[in-house]
Amino acid sequence: MSKPVVATASLAGCFGCHMSVLDIDERILTLIDLVEFDKSPIDDIKTFTRQCDIGIIEGGCCNSENVENLRLFRKHCNILIALGECAIMGGLPAMRNGIPVRECLEEAYLNCPTVDGGIIPNDDELPMILDRVYPLHEIVKIDYYLPGCPPSADLIWNALVALLKGTPLDLPYEVVKFD
Amino acid sequence: MSEMKFTIDGKECAAKAGQTIVEAARDNGVYIPTLCHYEGIKPAGACRICTVRVGGRNMAACTTPVTNGMIVENQTPELEDMRKSIIEMLFVEGNHMCPVCEKSGNCELQALAYRYTMLAPRFPYLWPKRGVDASIPKLYKDGNRCIQCLRCVRGVRAADGRKVFGLVNRGGHVRIGHDAELANALGDEEAQRAMDLCPVGALIRKGVGYAVPIGKRKYDGAPIGGELERA
Ligand code: SF4
Ligand code: SF4
Ligand code: FES
Repeated sequence: MSKPVVATASLAGCFGCHMSVLDIDERILTLIDLVEFDKSPIDDIKTFTRQCDIGIIEGGCCNSENVENLRLFRKHCNILIALGECAIMGGLPAMRNGIPVRECLEEAYLNCPTVDGGIIPNDDELPMILDRVYPLHEIVKIDYYLPGCPPSADLIWNALVALLKGTPLDLPYEVVKFD
Repeated sequence: MSEMKFTIDGKECAAKAGQTIVEAARDNGVYIPTLCHYEGIKPAGACRICTVRVGGRNMAACTTPVTNGMIVENQTPELEDMRKSIIEMLFVEGNHMCPVCEKSGNCELQALAYRYTMLAPRFPYLWPKRGVDASIPKLYKDGNRCIQCLRCVRGVRAADGRKVFGLVNRGGHVRIGHDAELANALGDEEAQRAMDLCPVGALIRKGVGYAVPIGKRKYDGAPIGGELERA
């Protein structure tokens, strides 16, 4: 039987959730025995090569590229997991949600004390910034949510084991944390 | 009658006259979750997290006195799910960014979310526009995190008994306002007390913080209410 295929992505996240995947320590050896990775920063595969069983997404959507990437994941993954606070509710990037985009851009590129004669970047190559940061489930259907900033390695491990074995997810008190 | 008999989920309990269901439950080693209630200040029945079922009706256990022979249902799947849904509603109707909140680990709302294993709220986020008010010398108020439990309104008083905080506006627009003169007079100790009184991170002391490392905070290791259940 072929191994289940996993894909991962970091959208508007800090890669902390991916670091937490690596935090499963030596269990990572078991993991690569159990699954294959497709598109993911872990193996640096940039485009999907096949339909995947599990997609794991860190970060919410703050620009048009995030949205395209997320839709691509939804299309290519049978199960999609929102990993971490940013994927679930926007997280730190969503702190800009109450502030108009123009004000944010002006603060970052024109008015910030370290800027000297700045301009607001506006190049066709750059993805368009969204009016606010969107959690993943506001854009596509999400099947499972794993909270934490970052989620603990044990939570990620327990979730993968439950999915791969088809057993109920083990959620002891220590593994569900929002920070 | 000074001693009354009643049951919670079938467990025989005793209560003193005048005790509320929450108080009597505690004395009998039974945890009923509370959020707006704070020992020592008059219950307000504002949050309904303490809802129990008595005689087929839902009641706030923090405001309802025990009567003799009362039969209380507490940990039924329906009540537990309703409580979880209240927690989820509170999360979506404010802006709760736990990773950047100083109260994280010591927050009762978050602790209840942990207790009920909330992975993500079932309701859509509302993204309300709320502000931060840093005008009080010793405290800042973060409206994004306020759950309108009214603990500060009921519990923080000036020396002459006047209320320092109060509700302004109505309905979905309610905010916690303050009397500038009284709030400006709050010293370090009173500011700390106000912060402790607030179940969430809506009242935070200025100039100090993050004294307890992650892993050692109040709800890092054991669930809220667990001390009663383990006893
Ligand atoms: S007040 Fe509590 S629930 Fe809200 S952000 Fe702070 S820790 Fe999280
Ligand atoms: S500021 Fe804190 S104590 Fe006051 S109503 Fe809001 S949540 Fe409750
Ligand atoms: S604790 Fe009883 S209504 Fe809030």
